[in-house]
Amino acid sequence: MNNIVGMFRKSRNVLESGGITPTVEEKIRCPICKSIDTKRSVAKHKMVCPSCGYHYRIGARTRVKAICDKGSFQELFTELYTENPLSFPGYAAKIEDAQTASGQQEGVVCGTATIRHQPCAVFVMDPQFMMGSMGSVVGEKITRLFEYAAEQNLPVVGFTASGGARMQEGILSLMQMAKTSGAVRYHSDRGGLYITVLTDPTTGGVTASFAMLGDIILSEPNALIGFAGRRVIEQTTKKKLPDDFQRAEFLQDCGFVDAIVPRTELRVTLERLLKQHERRKGV
Amino acid sequence: MMTAYERLQAARAQDRPTSRAYIEQLFTERTELHGDRKYADDPAIIGGIGYLGEIPVTFIGIERGRDLQERIRCNFGCPMPEGYRKALRLMKQAEKFHRPVICFVDTSGAYCGEEAEERGQAQAIADNLLQMMGLETPIITVVIGEGGSGGAIGLSVASRVYMLENAVFSVISPEGCASILWKDATKAAEAAECLKITAEDMKHFGVAEDVIQENFDAFETMCAEIKARLLADIHELEQYAGKELVEKRYARFRKLGIFGETK
Repeated sequence: MNNIVGMFRKSRNVLESGGITPTVEEKIRCPICKSIDTKRSVAKHKMVCPSCGYHYRIGARTRVKAICDKGSFQELFTELYTENPLSFPGYAAKIEDAQTASGQQEGVVCGTATIRHQPCAVFVMDPQFMMGSMGSVVGEKITRLFEYAAEQNLPVVGFTASGGARMQEGILSLMQMAKTSGAVRYHSDRGGLYITVLTDPTTGGVTASFAMLGDIILSEPNALIGFAGRRVIEQTTKKKLPDDFQRAEFLQDCGFVDAIVPRTELRVTLERLLKQHERRKGV
Repeated sequence: MMTAYERLQAARAQDRPTSRAYIEQLFTERTELHGDRKYADDPAIIGGIGYLGEIPVTFIGIERGRDLQERIRCNFGCPMPEGYRKALRLMKQAEKFHRPVICFVDTSGAYCGEEAEERGQAQAIADNLLQMMGLETPIITVVIGEGGSGGAIGLSVASRVYMLENAVFSVISPEGCASILWKDATKAAEAAECLKITAEDMKHFGVAEDVIQENFDAFETMCAEIKARLLADIHELEQYAGKELVEKRYARFRKLGIFGETK
C-alpha cells in the first residue's frame, strides 16, 4: 500500500518543492508475478520484468531504441498516409485516435539501421496502433522495404505484432497479404536474408503472410502466435484450449519457430545471425 | 439490384453448384490426385489433371460438398493446412510439366480449430502466397461462391481472377465484422455493405479482371462460356515465358491498395 503514491507521476509536493530531483518515481506492476518495480528499471531491462521475465508489449519507437544502435535508425516511407478507401464508417476517426494514442502515423515503422554494427533494413509493427492491423499503408511500406533492401543488398529484420488484416479497408487489406508475400519473394530471389521476430501478438493475415516467411523465424518468449483467434476456435469447436495454446513455445514444439529469444538477448542473436550471412553474394 | 448481403446469401446457398460441378463440366479425361505427401489428404480441396479442350491442365477447387454427408466429410469447405499443401504440390507439379492451373474458390474460410493451428494453417497459407507468386505457369482463379479471407486468398494469387455474378470476396465474414465492430452479429447486412464484397466491387478495386454472369438453369451453357474464356486467357498467357508470367503476377498484386502520398 505504501507504493500507491508511486503510481502517480510527479506528485504535487515534488513539483512544489521546486527544482529538487524527483524522489517519487513512476512504478509499474508486472501483470504476471505482480512484483512492483520502477518504470525506469523495467525500461532498462528493455521492458522485460526483472523478476519473472514477462515481456511487456512495446510500441514501435521503443522497439527501435531497444534493438538498433543508437542514432543508426533512418526512417523510410514516411510520405505514405492512410486514406479511407471504402469510406468505412468511423474509420477516419479511428485512425486519428490511434495516431494520438500511439504517436505513430501508422501500424508499422520502416527504415535502415545497424544492430551491433550490422547493417540491415528493419520494420517494426506497432501493437498500440489499431492492434498493428495491416491495411494498404502497412502493406505498401513493408513491400517497399523489401524492394529497397533487395536493391541495396541488405538483409531484412522484421518485428511482427498484429491482430491481422484491417477490416476497415476490406478486400484491399486482404490483398496486402499477397503483395507483401510477393515482396518477400522478390527480396529472397535476389539472395536476401529475412529474419522474422514474432512478438506478442502476431495473428491472422500477418501470420498467414510475411510473418511466417522468414528464412529464420525467431520469437519472443510467450508471444501469442496464431492464425485464428483463441476465442473463435473455442466457440467453433466447443472445446477448452490448453493455456499454452498458440504461445511461442507451443509453436516451436509444432515446428514453426526456429528459436525463442528473450528480448534482452535479441541484439546479440541478431548480430550473430546477420554476421553469419555476410558471405552471401547478393543481387 | 441485389444488396451485398443478398448476394452473400446467394453465394452461400446450399443448392449452388460446388467446385466439383464445374470441374466435371469443364474438364475431360480427369484423374483426381490426392494428398499433400506430408500428412494427409484434405477432402476440402480437390485437385487433379484433365483436359480443357485440348490442353492438359491442373485443376484445384475448394469443395463444400453436395449433400450433408459430403459436407461433413469435407468440413463444409473449410480447408486444413494439408489442403493448402496439397494444392501447392499440384501447382508445383503443373509448373514442372508446363500445365496451366485453374483454381475454384468457394469457402467461408480456412478451417479454424486446434489441429489446424498445430499443423500450421498460417504457415501453409503464407507458403502458398509466396510460391504462387513465383509459379512459372499461368494460374487462373474463379471465385464461384464465397471468397472467405485467408482461406480464399491461399488459392487466389493468380494471373487472372474471375468472380461469378453473386460470388463475394471478403477480408472477414460480415457477421464477424459486425460482432467485432458493433458487438452485434445481426448487423451483418450493414457490414456486408460497408466491406464492399461483391463481384463488381472486386472488379472496381482491380482484385478481379471480370464478372461472369450466372445461369445455373443452363449450367452447361454457362460452363461453355467459362471454358471459352479460360482457353482464350491460356492462349494469351502462354505466349509469355515463365519469368514474365511471374513479373506480371507480382505487378498485378503490387498495385493493389489505396493510400495517400505526400510529395
